[in-house]
Amino acid sequence: MERKALDYVALNQGNANLTELYRAHIGDWPKFFKMDTLSKAGFVASELLFKKIGEKRPEGDGFIQNRAIVLFGSTASLCADRNYQETIQDKDNYYPSPALFVYTLPNIVTGEIAIRNHYRGETSFYVLEEPDAAQMAFHLACAFQDRVTDSILAGWVDSSRNDDFQVFMTLINRADAADTEWLASQLQLMINNLNK
Amino acid sequence: MDRVIRCIADNVVSPLGLDSRSNYDSVKAGRSGLARYESMANITTPFVLSRVDRKVIDDLCGRLGIKGNYTFFEKFLLCSSLQAVRDSGIDASSDRVLFIVSTTKGNVSLLGQPEDGIDKERVLLAKAARQVTNYFGNPNNPIVVCNACISGVCAQIEAMRALRSGRYDYAVVIGADEQSPFIISGFLSFKAISDEPCRPFDKDRKGLNLGECAATVVLAASDVRKSGWELVCGAIRNDANHISGPSRTGEGSYLCLMEVLKECRRQELAFVNVHGTATAYNDEMESIALYRAGLIDVPVTGLKGYYGHTMGAAGIMESILSMYAVRDNTVLATRGYNEQGTTYPVSVSNVTRECKGSEFIKLLSGFGGSNAALLYRFEE
Repeated sequence: MERKALDYVALNQGNANLTELYRAHIGDWPKFFKMDTLSKAGFVASELLFKKIGEKRPEGDGFIQNRAIVLFGSTASLCADRNYQETIQDKDNYYPSPALFVYTLPNIVTGEIAIRNHYRGETSFYVLEEPDAAQMAFHLACAFQDRVTDSILAGWVDSSRNDDFQVFMTLINRADAADTEWLASQLQLMINNLNK
Repeated sequence: MDRVIRCIADNVVSPLGLDSRSNYDSVKAGRSGLARYESMANITTPFVLSRVDRKVIDDLCGRLGIKGNYTFFEKFLLCSSLQAVRDSGIDASSDRVLFIVSTTKGNVSLLGQPEDGIDKERVLLAKAARQVTNYFGNPNNPIVVCNACISGVCAQIEAMRALRSGRYDYAVVIGADEQSPFIISGFLSFKAISDEPCRPFDKDRKGLNLGECAATVVLAASDVRKSGWELVCGAIRNDANHISGPSRTGEGSYLCLMEVLKECRRQELAFVNVHGTATAYNDEMESIALYRAGLIDVPVTGLKGYYGHTMGAAGIMESILSMYAVRDNTVLATRGYNEQGTTYPVSVSNVTRECKGSEFIKLLSGFGGSNAALLYRFEE
């Protein structure tokens, strides 16, 4: 059976300005301005994906547990790590900042998206050497072993400098992941678009 | 039937010992690795830390025959995993073996202090993990679980899933973190660190201590149930509340507990090994989650008073010590606890207690609103 290609959003520093995208398409989440580049990239890509596929957030105080967020990357929090390191490197200029330190954990981006969308499902961040479609598809399929999880906001997100990022986000359901080879071929298309 | 996931070997390297047994015996005897430091690098605020002597690790690597240009973090991973792999008897160079590394900051100290002969790109977590798979001649791409403080439980859950999928027969799950000025200054900036030994669940708790540990479990999949430790199930849930503070109602932690309780035989539940960092918010949150999950009467125990918060290693080391404790019919004393300090009176004690049962729950929470729990069971 021919399966419908997965919708996705891919952005990088060469083709997207995260602040402009935020102002043009989002605008109602001032926490955006506190985020580091990794979280901004993941947050904006997720918002644009939901707009693209026409998905609405849960209304009011509702929370959902059956949507997981599983993200991959190779640099993890390297950008935030470098920013924070600068604040502790010199004795005469030592001012460690909690606001910077909190972003030195790459899974913070999964938390930012979970808060925005009221997701109480699984959130995971995995670090790989490079974007590997087969490896990602395998671990995404594994995530559906949690029987509560019906769909996964999945993606790749990297940032090694403040002005550098590559991200893609997609939404996969249980049936998509059951055919791991097909899922890998879809992820490969997104990986190919990471740097375009 | 799902494939059965068994723990066939384990190791803990810490200031309290270089294998799991010696760590367990040290903790049962009440020893702690925590010590006070007045300063470190540019840090001038006093703090309490459990730190591994670098020379002890170098000597251990020498005895194990680990040669080559490795950072402290990589040596830490190697000296724990090599001991566990040898004990397991598996061929770690097989493509049926998956390596999973649990860490929060890996080689981050290379940013402030580059080392001769160490490629700068080893600050990337998967490049550091690659040092381990290369050492064992394992052909698979390594994967690093980087979910803040819950990484060690998540890594075991991921291993369980990878094994159940049928793709792999064994998983070597290694957790470690180096406590560099990077991490210590960061937690100090959060005002989360106590300048005295931590007091989990106590009314006068003042915050956490950090600690160093490397720990490994070797998990194996089989189609039949055999005697030994079985990783039954696990769950990861987000609070969706705040990136640097736990939910006031313990939401994610509660959901994790309810998930693993589906598989738990309640009369067999010996204890819950909690996160118990001794911060005001964490311990209060855990007491609420335990209460809501109907576990207020189940013995609760926390190990941070012996080891501090060992971050990437915590979920693995604390699971291993819990296995030894269950087999010893023992609820380990929660060192540092004195007087009830949470809204709900969980069953915590600063003396060693006897217990019955063949199961335990390991619970963790961390930054990013993340929570995780897993259930282990000993099959006779």
